[in-house]
Amino acid sequence: MSVPWLDWLPLLGEGTLITIKIALLSIAVALCLSALAGLGSTSPIIIIRIASRTYIELFRACSLLVLLFWVYFALPFVGVELSKLWAGVLAIGLNIGAYGAEIVRSAIFAVPKGQYEASLALNLTPTERTWKIIIPQAVARMIPPMSNLLIELLKSTSLVYFITLSDLTYEAMIIRNNYYSYTPYIFALLLGIYFVLSSSISITMRILERKFTAWR
Amino acid sequence: MSEPTAETKSVMTLPREEVVSPLTGEPIVQYQGVTKTFGDLEVIKGIDLALYPGEKMALIGPSGSGKTTLGRMLMTLEEPTTGTILIDGEPLWQMKTSSGKLVRANEKHLRRMRQKIGMVFQHFNLFPHLSVLRNVTLAPMSVLGLSKEEAYQRAVEMLTKVGLQDKLGEYPSRLSGGQKQRVAIARALVMQPKVMVFDEVTSALDPELVGEVLEVIKEIAIDSDMAMMLITHEMDFARDIADRVIFGAEGRIVEQGSPEAIFEQPESERLQSFLKRFR
Ligand SMILES: Nc1ncnc2c1ncn2[C@@H]1O[C@H](COP(=O)(O)OP(=O)(O)OP(=O)(O)O)[C@@H](O)[C@H]1O
Ligand SMILES: [Mg+2]
Repeated sequence: MSVPWLDWLPLLGEGTLITIKIALLSIAVALCLSALAGLGSTSPIIIIRIASRTYIELFRACSLLVLLFWVYFALPFVGVELSKLWAGVLAIGLNIGAYGAEIVRSAIFAVPKGQYEASLALNLTPTERTWKIIIPQAVARMIPPMSNLLIELLKSTSLVYFITLSDLTYEAMIIRNNYYSYTPYIFALLLGIYFVLSSSISITMRILERKFTAWR
Repeated sequence: MSEPTAETKSVMTLPREEVVSPLTGEPIVQYQGVTKTFGDLEVIKGIDLALYPGEKMALIGPSGSGKTTLGRMLMTLEEPTTGTILIDGEPLWQMKTSSGKLVRANEKHLRRMRQKIGMVFQHFNLFPHLSVLRNVTLAPMSVLGLSKEEAYQRAVEMLTKVGLQDKLGEYPSRLSGGQKQRVAIARALVMQPKVMVFDEVTSALDPELVGEVLEVIKEIAIDSDMAMMLITHEMDFARDIADRVIFGAEGRIVEQGSPEAIFEQPESERLQSFLKRFR
């Protein structure tokens, strides 16, 4: 029995592109939110700190699938109608961003206090202390946990299947309908493609890590 | 109410008769009735102390006596609970409003005052993500506004002074402890402070590296007219370079005097038993 790989390619290819698109957009949203809320939760201004903490606690606690349903099915009732793609990007970005913010915050706190004190003793401005001394060292600490989180993000993109966005998982299920007896092959291929995608994330992050920690 | 002058004040705190090497001029630093409390713990219990331009003052005393805290308050890393610290006669932690009222200093005031103060830390606190050269040029460029070339020139001059002119491009992680501390000294010196706090700058070093750092500080002490506050457990070093030695215990100054007086004829029992441990 020969496996009809070639027949699946067009659909899987389209699905892969959609998955990559959701993943990249969600990564952008998640990283922005991580940076904002992570830095925000170290702010000396209490309002900013409270807002950041609220966001982090709220969206970390929230099931991604329920959040996705909220964004896609519930928001239209208050007049906000998003495309499937943007609903997915928003839900994933909000959820992963909350975890990312915790990574950013703890990386900032992990920079030894002496670094702050030395930069103060040299009379750098508060902004310079943060951006020239603390953040560059924190970024180096963020990369490994961030790498895990982004792989987590990639895997969670498959949840958009439930709002019938035709991503990689969705297309695989379609193919499975037509080639039922090949189910194991289809899913093996699906896993393989996710593996390649997540490897490219971890390789990129590894390269970034090397670049940002050359001083170690 | 007549303000006691710095001289009469420091005489008041002196347990011995003579005033020790009162260098000429107005004091550059004056602690006036300074206390510091952490939670319930009163760490500094009323210090009056003056440091004169160019004076090399050694601060010795048992662990936990508050030496570091005293230096950190000068470096604006800790705020005194009560009392005043004056730099060139101007309050460090308070500033005058336009109506002449003294209020708590804001960052702008602190930054202006901090310009005159430098500090070298026990654990170096070099910026690990910056090269040796960048560690030393960063503050001159962003704080003093020097051009890259000027900052480079000054940095190389300082790094040469501490014997590290061949390590410019190295990251701190590639240096020995003694080399790190010498970079930290160059980094603080390049800002040309009027007063420099050295807080046990050799106690995190392997014994065989202590000498090279003390040597550098000794040279600076001889060369420069910067006032120094040397917090140290190295008694020979204190004796060598200090104009005056302060012995403190439990947040108070117990005894002070010339190195000879302090080390040869300690008066108080506390100092005598403290010094015994270093014999
Ligand atoms: N941030 C802080 N919070 C609470 N207690 C502190 C703090 N900093 C210092 N202390 C306490 O204040 C006391 C004096 O500390 P300090 O570091 O000034 O002593 P020291 O004379 O420098 O001692 P050593 O010779 O061990 O360095 C100690 O009991 C210390 O535990
Ligand atoms: Mg100390």
